Amino acid sequence: MADTVVRTRKQPSAAGTPQRVGRLPRAAVHHPWWFALPAIAVFAGFFLVPNLLNFYYPFTDWSSYHADIAFTGLDNFRTIAEDGSLLRAIRTTLVYALLAAVFQNGFGLVLALLLEDDSRFNRFFRAVFFLPVLISALATGYVFQALLDQDGAVNSVLGTDIPWLGSTTWTLVIVTLIHGWKWMGLAMLIYLAGLKGIPGNMLEAARIDGAGPWRTFWSVRWPMLAPAVTFNVTTALIGSMNTFDIVQATTGGGPAASTEVFNIYMFRIFGQGLYAQASAMSLVLFLVVVAVAIPLVVGLRRREQML
Amino acid sequence: MTPVWRYGRPALVLLLAALAVGVPLWLVAVTSAKPQAEAIDPNLDLPRHWQPAANYADALAEGAMLRGFLNSLLVVVPSVILVLLLGAGAAWVFARRKSKLVSAAYALCISGLLLPPAVITIVMELRQLGLAGTRPGMIAVYTGMYLSTSIFFMTGFIRAIPTELEEAARMDGATPSRIFWRIVLPLLRPVIATATIMVMLYAWSDVFYAFFVLGGGDRATLPLNLYQVASAQLYLNNWHLVFAYVVVMSLPMVAVFLVGQRKIVSGITSGAVK
Repeated sequence: MADTVVRTRKQPSAAGTPQRVGRLPRAAVHHPWWFALPAIAVFAGFFLVPNLLNFYYPFTDWSSYHADIAFTGLDNFRTIAEDGSLLRAIRTTLVYALLAAVFQNGFGLVLALLLEDDSRFNRFFRAVFFLPVLISALATGYVFQALLDQDGAVNSVLGTDIPWLGSTTWTLVIVTLIHGWKWMGLAMLIYLAGLKGIPGNMLEAARIDGAGPWRTFWSVRWPMLAPAVTFNVTTALIGSMNTFDIVQATTGGGPAASTEVFNIYMFRIFGQGLYAQASAMSLVLFLVVVAVAIPLVVGLRRREQML
Repeated sequence: MTPVWRYGRPALVLLLAALAVGVPLWLVAVTSAKPQAEAIDPNLDLPRHWQPAANYADALAEGAMLRGFLNSLLVVVPSVILVLLLGAGAAWVFARRKSKLVSAAYALCISGLLLPPAVITIVMELRQLGLAGTRPGMIAVYTGMYLSTSIFFMTGFIRAIPTELEEAARMDGATPSRIFWRIVLPLLRPVIATATIMVMLYAWSDVFYAFFVLGGGDRATLPLNLYQVASAQLYLNNWHLVFAYVVVMSLPMVAVFLVGQRKIVSGITSGAVK
């Protein structure tokens, strides 16, 4: 592929000889389209096209059991609606995304405030708290499975016998806490940058006006952190709707499917050869993400402008 | 600053770091040095019998780790290079040209920041193209998935660079290709460092998309192998091998981070808060 890139680059330099410069718009000569075309082609071919196909295959009976693919209308959606998996996946994923975003941002912000000053001590511990980001999510999941297993390390330290990963209510919360743990380092870095971007004289003015640390935070720093909040909340919510590894490694979707988010469901159903049904769930995920993302981005942008 | 807080803050940081990061890492480290009998019920005790060498050798052999490592490199490195090169080319055009068509193309190209990849139909498409289960297929999928991120970061970055440098080079008769390679790409260096680490973070540890595209078999990447070793653990109870594997698999990312720490940190943060 690198070859074609190099080859196409040579042609326009021949075409862009001085005589033609006068006729073409200036931008077309200086920043020709073909620099963008390979990216657009790959993105369209391997991201947009599959998403478009995803609006067709859910309405077919594509599966591993027969070679032909026939149009079957809403059958797949009826199946997933009637066996309860559709609503459960939507609810589980939304709760997961919300809690994961809260934990990730909460931890990240607290760490950023604790490690705000640029001392050597703080720089070292910033790197320490960034370590979980570098460890793969699958590995993270296994580490916490070993910690939280009923025969695991946490119970043996506390002397308890709690099935941390065996509750149909609380395990989802625990898994989102792990998700927050894994990504808190990234949120911390972005909040740190946001804090650093606050002009010193603003803080000085607040101090002279007699504002304590608490008041300064809520009246000056928190509003000034708006862009960092926008970025962090958006990426956390959207990213955690695409979660798979942590859930798969800790609970595999259990107990009793109480942590079965979209991707876990797709993975399981695809493994059973029911491709169209998995694709139907994938389309629902797409629609849910769009339904969450658009108001979210618009709302957070507006909040930034108001503050 | 009150004196309580002056000493309280570092103490709190130490406590949090020990509990939140220290304990999990300690568990990984000690378990990966234990014999199987001690590792069945994972705990924080030091191994009574140390055998790290044997465990790591086992993990290397049973998890086909060298092959997995090579497989990971063979898909992640080309993906990163393509994401950076193609992304830089597109970002340059998107940042410098102004028209409705350019804005539309830019909006379309960064839609991948929010939209989820349609993983099921990706498999369908790759099968029809004959790319299912192949490395080029995996590379194409990763490149498509992460192009949006790199285009978004790079476009923002290039917009902030004054055009004078490019104009001066143009006066001297440099062609667009020459300007791109000699001026734009070198200027992009900080954001390239960021994009590299971001793509590596996701692609190096990805197991979900790799599962659909590559499956198990000869081309399985490191995380896929880890998944297989750990799934077998249900029957074998081999936490010691799982954690030896986790250590080896995580080391490259930690090494990359330590080498490029300063650039990575400044890159991630400057791109995000704009």
